[in-house]
Amino acid sequence: MKFGVVVFPGSNCDYDCYHVLKHVLNQQAEFVWHKDWDIKKFDCIVLPGGFSYGDYLRTGAIARFSPVMESIVHHSNQGKPVIGICNGFQILLEAGLLPGAMLRNDSLKFVCRHVYLRVENTETPFTRKTKKDEVLRLPIAHGEGNYFAPKPVLDGLIKNRQILLRYTDETGTVTEGANPNGSRENIAGICNLKGNVFGLMPHPERASERELGSTDGIKIFKSILSSS
Amino acid sequence: MTQEISRELIQKHNLTLEEYDKIKQILGREPNITELGIFSVMWSEHCSYKNSKNVLKLLPKDGKRMLVKAGEENAGVVDIGDGLVVVFKIESHNHPSAIEPFQGAATGVGGILRDIFTMGARPIVSMNSLRFGSLEEPVSRRLLSGVVEGIGFYGNCIGVPTVGGEIYFDECYEGNPLVNAFSLGLAKREEIVKAKAEGPGNPVFYLGSATGRDGMGGASFASKDLSEESDKDRPAVQVGDPFLEKLLLEAVLELLKSGCVVGIQDMGAAGLTCSTCETASRGNTGIEIDVAKVPQRETGMIPYEIMLSESQERMLVIIKKGREREAKKIFDKWDLHAEEIGFVTDDGLMRVKENGVTVAEIPAKVLADDAPVYVREEKEPAYLKKARSLDPRSLGNPGDLNAALLKLLDSPTIASKEWIYHQYDHMVRTNTVVLPGSDAAVIRIKGTDKSIAISVDCNSTYCYLDPYEGGKIAVAESARNVACSGARPLSITNCLNFGNPMNPEIFWQLKKCIEGIRDACLIFETPVSGGNVSLYNQNLRRRTNPPSSVADEVRAIDPTPTIGMVGLIEGREPVTSYFKTEGDTILLLGETKEELGGSEFLKVIFKTKAGKPPRLDLKAAKILVDLLVAASEKGLLKSAHDCSEGGLAVALAESCILEKGHEVGAKVNVSLGSLSNEALLFGESQSRVVISVDPKNLKNTKELIESFRFPYQVIGETGGKRLEINELIKAPLEVLSHTWRSSIKRRMER
Repeated sequence: MKFGVVVFPGSNCDYDCYHVLKHVLNQQAEFVWHKDWDIKKFDCIVLPGGFSYGDYLRTGAIARFSPVMESIVHHSNQGKPVIGICNGFQILLEAGLLPGAMLRNDSLKFVCRHVYLRVENTETPFTRKTKKDEVLRLPIAHGEGNYFAPKPVLDGLIKNRQILLRYTDETGTVTEGANPNGSRENIAGICNLKGNVFGLMPHPERASERELGSTDGIKIFKSILSSS
Repeated sequence: MTQEISRELIQKHNLTLEEYDKIKQILGREPNITELGIFSVMWSEHCSYKNSKNVLKLLPKDGKRMLVKAGEENAGVVDIGDGLVVVFKIESHNHPSAIEPFQGAATGVGGILRDIFTMGARPIVSMNSLRFGSLEEPVSRRLLSGVVEGIGFYGNCIGVPTVGGEIYFDECYEGNPLVNAFSLGLAKREEIVKAKAEGPGNPVFYLGSATGRDGMGGASFASKDLSEESDKDRPAVQVGDPFLEKLLLEAVLELLKSGCVVGIQDMGAAGLTCSTCETASRGNTGIEIDVAKVPQRETGMIPYEIMLSESQERMLVIIKKGREREAKKIFDKWDLHAEEIGFVTDDGLMRVKENGVTVAEIPAKVLADDAPVYVREEKEPAYLKKARSLDPRSLGNPGDLNAALLKLLDSPTIASKEWIYHQYDHMVRTNTVVLPGSDAAVIRIKGTDKSIAISVDCNSTYCYLDPYEGGKIAVAESARNVACSGARPLSITNCLNFGNPMNPEIFWQLKKCIEGIRDACLIFETPVSGGNVSLYNQNLRRRTNPPSSVADEVRAIDPTPTIGMVGLIEGREPVTSYFKTEGDTILLLGETKEELGGSEFLKVIFKTKAGKPPRLDLKAAKILVDLLVAASEKGLLKSAHDCSEGGLAVALAESCILEKGHEVGAKVNVSLGSLSNEALLFGESQSRVVISVDPKNLKNTKELIESFRFPYQVIGETGGKRLEINELIKAPLEVLSHTWRSSIKRRMER
């Protein structure tokens, strides 16, 4: 499978994603400069984490105007997979490829640590290698991961099974204490209605090698591979 | 513009009349105001080390792995084999952080990162050493909160993991916090670039942020005492833009790879002044620039201001003539502003023009390298005798020892720092193989079997009570921490934070600490790769609840020579500090003596900072390091944790509770001999490490230790949900863990 990892000015998890795809999973992977527009050759597009445009204005608000974004909309309309991690998720929200918005963490602090997540839907190209209700341990690292959407939108997400990951405790129970940022419905990751665009705040690329203390993240990338 | 140079003006520039005479001698005439400003920043302590040079030369700088030695370039370069080098340095940003904690700390991070990547190395890890007054004081809480936010703001955005370091609380830092930022970069050996202006005729480019009036004279600001007046110096604190620096980082590394660069230097302290004269001096050339061509963000700036500004995120780049277009393409790709502002000359002069009219002309080499050097008077401080004479046994009964252990775990100096490092992205770049909280941070190098271990340490109370011993211990502790992770110590960087060197007692402290560092570095074979000196750390201490008749007093900080130790692990996994499984055998390496002087125990339980601090036997310290490395090479260690502040009891408790959700208890019995219970539990005897091993490896472990002739005891076994030490301590892990983990959060979020 051929992955395109988009590089915006200020992206900083671009190499981490590239490393997992290229060196851990032995896939074809290339960086895509944000001013490029020809992404036809890629099967899957990765929007990595970081601080595109320094988070100026709002997280992801400027990146969505990068030339590459138009091609990504086209790519997703064809039903091809797009995964946005952390800042990538924020960009997908700003670009309207996913519903909702991000607010500052309710603690008003940046938070970097491991969290537990329950997989809510295993029938998507991003989760099919996980088990039903499986609890994953992945790191988060963000200052604005407090997912917000109006009630009708949240209801729609639930009804259409678009919530893929929720913050839980170690046992997989959704609790307020397990919510690291105040997200509505403990949402950590959602997909679009078609199921081919996935945004998540946790960093699966930081939990894809044994040396890093968790390999739960690799299941998400392997799911993408198995769906091609 | 002619302005007469009055005595007041000279004084305002922190120059003495003798120094002014020397300037006249160099120039063969009176300087103008621009030249006076240039000399004042280059001859500030921060840039010239004029008061410390004489003692800094005591430090060992040579070693077979040292490729660039201390003082030669912006940071030292150490060979780690297979064509790879690491570039690292620690630097202070104390004064700015005292005035404006968020920006002060943020720009401290930005500055140290620029020092690393301008040498051609990609920064892969940041750490820091932070010191504040008691968290019971609102001002300390405000400073801690601002500094942590500032470090996170910069480091998180630029995408270099901040993997921890050390944080220490003591009244002596009230109003004068210490913020020492460490960064380490990785490069191929041949990629290292020098900050040299070579080849007359080569164009000089200005790259990055426009110049404003922020940070005017920051270097000279950092070279005087903090005072009530310091708030007026707020414009001397710069404002950071980590996004711009991220672009600079990528552009500079791309630029250096292209081969079109002759030399490059960050505009840090003393900005355009320092970068121009230093690059010319190193290249044995001259340099000419026109300040009118310098991008400016404010109108009406005079040459004096442009030359002295310390606006952040700016670089001076010397490009090979004829390859300007290539460079321009890279600047454009990263949307960076670059201007050609001058060229390299062959007359050895730093010539500054404004619209073609010369406004300053100074011999570059003299300016950069020949600042006055002073031999300061030294005198043993008056407080020492009395402070050291205290016999801890005379303080009486400490009461319940279980309660004492909890109090120590609750002391913010010892307590978990997770409230802080959770605000730092410590995992970006996916190399952090040992997360913050262990004795050393460990960063793997992808594509090799190597990892780098780093520890930042200094116990300033020891240095206060015995600067020589304290200097030795700072190096030994950092070496031990690195070795606990299985790494062989390679080299240190240091940040020497002291009070006003004009005070002979302070200068004595500085010299003694340096002698201690020297002796330890020689034994460990860890030369000094570079570092920085921060003097004038003293402040008027305002008492919010004045119990004492001495309401306010001017006092220096305790001597704080922070050591950043870098070690190398090859071909194996790092060792961490926490107990792994039940049923492992616990051993204590080293000897426990009746040493409670200068301990955290005395500070916390008896509110006393006195006594004779522990002695360090350097030979034993070196054997322990070799032993730890050997044990790790043989794969014997399941955990290894240094005994430091809080002694054996705290070390054992930490090994039990460090890993959240993976707490493992322990039951130990330590032979008491003639020791007091307090010294056994909380004494801080040096060169001690708690290790745990699989019982099936016990025999091999014992044989190994014996072959090193190092003292040890088998003290117990891991398991259960409690920590038990002799008949003295019996504490549920839950309570220990909660106390230790919530201490800082409770104080900061109340």
